[in-house]
Amino acid sequence: MTMTDDPIAPQRRARKQARRSMFIRRPFFTVSLIVAVGFVACAVFAPLIAPYDPVQQSITAMMAPPGGAHLLGTDSYGQDILSRIIYGARYALLIAFFAILIGATGGLILGTAAGLTTGWVEWVLLRVIDSILALPSLILAIAVIAILGQGVDKVAIAVGISMIGPFARTVRSDVLQVSSQLFVEAAGLMSITRLTVIWRHILPNIVFPLGVQITVRVSEAILVSSSLSFLGIGVTPPTPDWGLMIAEGRGFVSFAPWMSGMPGIALALLLIALAIVGDGIREEFDPKMRGHQ
Amino acid sequence: MLRQASAKIFQTLVVLVIVSIASFSLLKLAPGDPVVLMLGSEYSQDSYDELQAQLGLDQPVALQYVRWLRDFVTGDWGNSYVAKTDIFAFVVTQALPVTLTLTACAIVLAILIGVPLGVVSAVRKDSAWDVGIAAFALTGTAFPSFFLGIVLIWFFAVKVGFFPVMGFVAPWEDFWSGMLHLVLPALTLSTFFIGMIVRVTRAAMVEVLEQPYITAAIARGEPHRRVIWVHGFRNILMPLVTVIGLQLGAILQGAVLTETVFSLPGLGQMLTGAVLGREYVLVQAGVMLTATLFILVNLAVDLSYPFLDPRLRAR
Amino acid sequence: MTHTILPEMIVPRPLSRGPASPDPYLPGTPGSDPLLTVTGLTVYRGSRRILDDVSFTLARGETLALVGESGAGKSTIASALMGLLAGRARVTGQAAFDDVPDLLAITSKGWSGLRGQRIAMIFQDAGAALNPCFTVGSQLTSVLRRQLGLDRATARQRAVTLLDSVGLNDAAARMSAYPHQLSGGMQQRVMVAIALACDPDLLFADEPTSALDVTIQAQIVRLILDQTRAKGASCVFVLHDLALASQTCDRIVVLYAGQVMESGPSDVVLNDPRHPYTRLLKSCVIEIGTHDLDPPDGSVPGYDDLPGGCRFATRCPRRLPRCAAERPPLTTLAGRSLACWNPETGE
Repeated sequence: MTMTDDPIAPQRRARKQARRSMFIRRPFFTVSLIVAVGFVACAVFAPLIAPYDPVQQSITAMMAPPGGAHLLGTDSYGQDILSRIIYGARYALLIAFFAILIGATGGLILGTAAGLTTGWVEWVLLRVIDSILALPSLILAIAVIAILGQGVDKVAIAVGISMIGPFARTVRSDVLQVSSQLFVEAAGLMSITRLTVIWRHILPNIVFPLGVQITVRVSEAILVSSSLSFLGIGVTPPTPDWGLMIAEGRGFVSFAPWMSGMPGIALALLLIALAIVGDGIREEFDPKMRGHQ
Repeated sequence: MLRQASAKIFQTLVVLVIVSIASFSLLKLAPGDPVVLMLGSEYSQDSYDELQAQLGLDQPVALQYVRWLRDFVTGDWGNSYVAKTDIFAFVVTQALPVTLTLTACAIVLAILIGVPLGVVSAVRKDSAWDVGIAAFALTGTAFPSFFLGIVLIWFFAVKVGFFPVMGFVAPWEDFWSGMLHLVLPALTLSTFFIGMIVRVTRAAMVEVLEQPYITAAIARGEPHRRVIWVHGFRNILMPLVTVIGLQLGAILQGAVLTETVFSLPGLGQMLTGAVLGREYVLVQAGVMLTATLFILVNLAVDLSYPFLDPRLRAR
Repeated sequence: MTHTILPEMIVPRPLSRGPASPDPYLPGTPGSDPLLTVTGLTVYRGSRRILDDVSFTLARGETLALVGESGAGKSTIASALMGLLAGRARVTGQAAFDDVPDLLAITSKGWSGLRGQRIAMIFQDAGAALNPCFTVGSQLTSVLRRQLGLDRATARQRAVTLLDSVGLNDAAARMSAYPHQLSGGMQQRVMVAIALACDPDLLFADEPTSALDVTIQAQIVRLILDQTRAKGASCVFVLHDLALASQTCDRIVVLYAGQVMESGPSDVVLNDPRHPYTRLLKSCVIEIGTHDLDPPDGSVPGYDDLPGGCRFATRCPRRLPRCAAERPPLTTLAGRSLACWNPETGE
C-alpha cells in the first residue's frame, strides 16, 4: 500500500482549521461580489446616482469624448453614457430577475415532474427537456421574440422561457439525488401522501442547489438579454440598455470608440464578476463540486 | 452496443419530432395571418379563400403539421413573403455555408488553443501558469462575444489596420482572402469556447494524470511528452468530444452574434432580419436547422463513445 | 557484540563493477556483489516523514522482500527509487545502482536508458496500470521499439514470444486485446511481460498479487520469480505477507511506519525473529487457521503523532523508557540487522 490515502485525516483537520471566512480565503470572490453589489446599487439608486437623464438628448453635446461634463462621453444623440450605463444596470438586472423567476419556476415544475415520475411519462418528459435544450437559449429567445414582439417585458419572458430547459435538467438531477436518499424512501414506506413527500421532503432539499443554480445563471440571463438588444430585436431605443448601446456605437467605432466601449466594459465587468462569484459559490456550496477541490 | 445505439437513435428521432412540432406551432402562434401577409393589404374574399386553400391552411391542424413536415424534410420550405425567393435554396446555398464555415473555424481554433493550454494547466497544476490560464479561461467564457468582436475590430482595423474588418469572402472561392476575413470572427467566436475547452481539458487531465497507468508508463521509460500526449491525451478524448457536442448550441448562438458584428451573411443575419421583417417561415427554418444540427451532432457524439473508449465496446 | 552498520554503508561504492566483495554484514548471501545500495532513504510529504532513514542492499541476482502492514511505506520505497515521487514528495538519501552513483539524484532526462530498460516495475493492480485505451500488443511493442530500437515486425514477433513466455495462451490473438478484455491474472502476466521486455537488471514488484484471486496469486509469484531468476535479474518484492515473503525471497526487510525494523536472510528472520514487531507479524501469520486472525494491537499510528524514537514504541510489548525518545540504530545480531533497544532473545 502507498501512503497516499493514509495522511488524509490530518489534512482534513488542517482544512477545517483553515475554514475561516470564505471572503478571506477567496479575495477574488470578495472583490467580484463587491463589484456585483455595486451594480445592484447602481440599479436600485439609479435616479440618485446618474448625473443626467438617460434619455435626454442634446445637440450641443453629441459624441463628446469622455471627460469634462460627461465623464464617460456622450453618444450620437448627445445622451450621457454614464447615466445610460447606470440606468442600463437597472434594466439588465430587472430583466435578469424576471427571466430567472420564469426560468426557475418553469424548470422547477418540469424538473420535479421528470424526476419524480417513472416509466414512459418520465421518458417523454425527458425528451421534452432534451428538445428544449436542443435550442441554444439565444435562438429560443429569438423565436419567442418573433412571436411576442419587442420590449423590456417581452425580452424578460423570452429569456425566461429559454432558461427553463437548463433549470429543469439540474432540478431533475437534484430531485433524483434527494429521492434516492433514505429518508424519502422511508417517508414513502410510511404511506405519507405523495404530495406531502414532495412538499415536506423533496422541495426543501432542492431549494438550496436551486439557489446556487440561480446565482450561476444570472449572468447567462444578462448575456442573452443584452445579446437580443444588440441584435436589435430586444429592447427598443431609446431605452438605456447596454446591448443596444453597444450596437448603436458599432458604426462609430473608428471615431467614437467610447460609445460601444463604455457599456461594453460595464457589461463585461459585471459578467466576469458574476462568473467569479458563481464559481466561488458553486465550489463552496455545491455538494457535487465538493471533493473536486 | 447495437441495442444502445438504436435506443439512442430512437430517442433522437422523438426529440426531433418534438422540436418540429414546436417549430410548427411557432408559425401558428405568430401574430398576423400569413395569407394576409402574402396578399398585402388589398385582397378580395375569393382570393383569400383561394390562397388559403392553396396553402392548405383550411385543413385540420394535425394534417397541416404532417404536410409541413413532409415539405420540410423534402426541402420544400416555401418562399419568403417579401422577397418571394425560395427559402431552402437561400439557406442551403448562402446562409448555412457561411455559418458552418465560421463555426468550424472557431471550433478548430478553440481546440488548437484550448487543449494545449488545458494540458499545460493540468501538468503544472497550481503553478503560476495554471493560475494565469484559469484566469484567462474564466475571462474568456464570461466576456460577451459581441463586445469582444467590436474590441477586435477597433484594435485591428482602426488602430493596427491589419485585418479586413467586415464581410464574408467564401474560402472556396478565394481561399486566402476568405481565411483572412474569417480570422477575427473565428477568434471572437472561439474565445468563449477556448475557456470551456481549457476547463474541461484541465479537469480531465488532472484526473487522468493521477491514474496508475500514467505512473506505469513513466516507470517503463516512456518519455514525458509521450506520457502526456499519447497515454494521457487518449484518455481525455471522451470528455473533450462531449463538451464540443454539448457546447455546439452555445457556439451556434455565438455565431449569430458574431455574424452581426462582422456583417457576415449567415444564419444569424437571416434570423434577425426575419424577426424584424416578420418572416416567420425564415425564423422557423433557422430554429429547425439549429436544433437539428445540435441534435444530430450530439447523436454522433453519443455514438462515438465506443470508439473513444474501448471499454464501452461490446465484449 | 553489536556495532553500528550505518557508517560502513555510507562509504561510496566503486562506480564500476569491481570484483565481488563479500557482504560485510550478511555473510553467506548468494552473489554478494551489490547491485543496489540504499542509504538513509527519507521521504517527506509535507512535514510528515513517511520514510525515515531506510537503508538496505540488494545483491546481484538476489530476491528481496519489503514486508510490513499497509501504510508502512513499502511501496513508497519502490516509487522513490524509480523517481516516481517527483513533485509529490521530497526525497533525500542515496541509492547507488550498479554504475549509477545515485538514483535519487537523477532528474527527468537522466532516467532514459534506466527506467524500463535496466530497472522495471510491476504494479499492484495491473488492470489500472495498463492503459485502457491501447491494446496489450501496442503497449508491449512500444516498449520494445523505444527501448530496444526494434522495427515493427521484429517487435511484434518478440512481443508474441514474451506473452507466450509469461504463460498467456493464444498470445498472438491476445496482442489485439484491450486490457479490460483480459482477466486479472492475464493482465498481471502482461505487466510482467512488459516489465521484463528489456531484460532489466532490477525489478520492483509492488504487491503484484494483492488484486488477484488467491488461486492465481501463487502462479504469478512463481512466474515473476522464475522469470527474474532465468534472466539473472534482482528483484525487490513489496509484500505484506511475511510467510509468502520468506518462502519466495532470499532476504527480508521488515518495515514499520517508514522505519526498518529488522532485515536479513528469510529463514533467519522468519524462524528466529528478534525484533518484537517481526515476532508480532509472524504470530499473526502463524495463527491463521488455528485462531482467528489476530492483528497486532491497534494499527499503524498516524504520521502526525509518531514518537521521536522508534516508531513502534507505542505498540511494542517490550518497550523501554528510552524507546520513544531515542531511535535505535541498525545493528547486527545473530546474522541479521536489527533496530531495537530491547531485542528478543533467541528461541
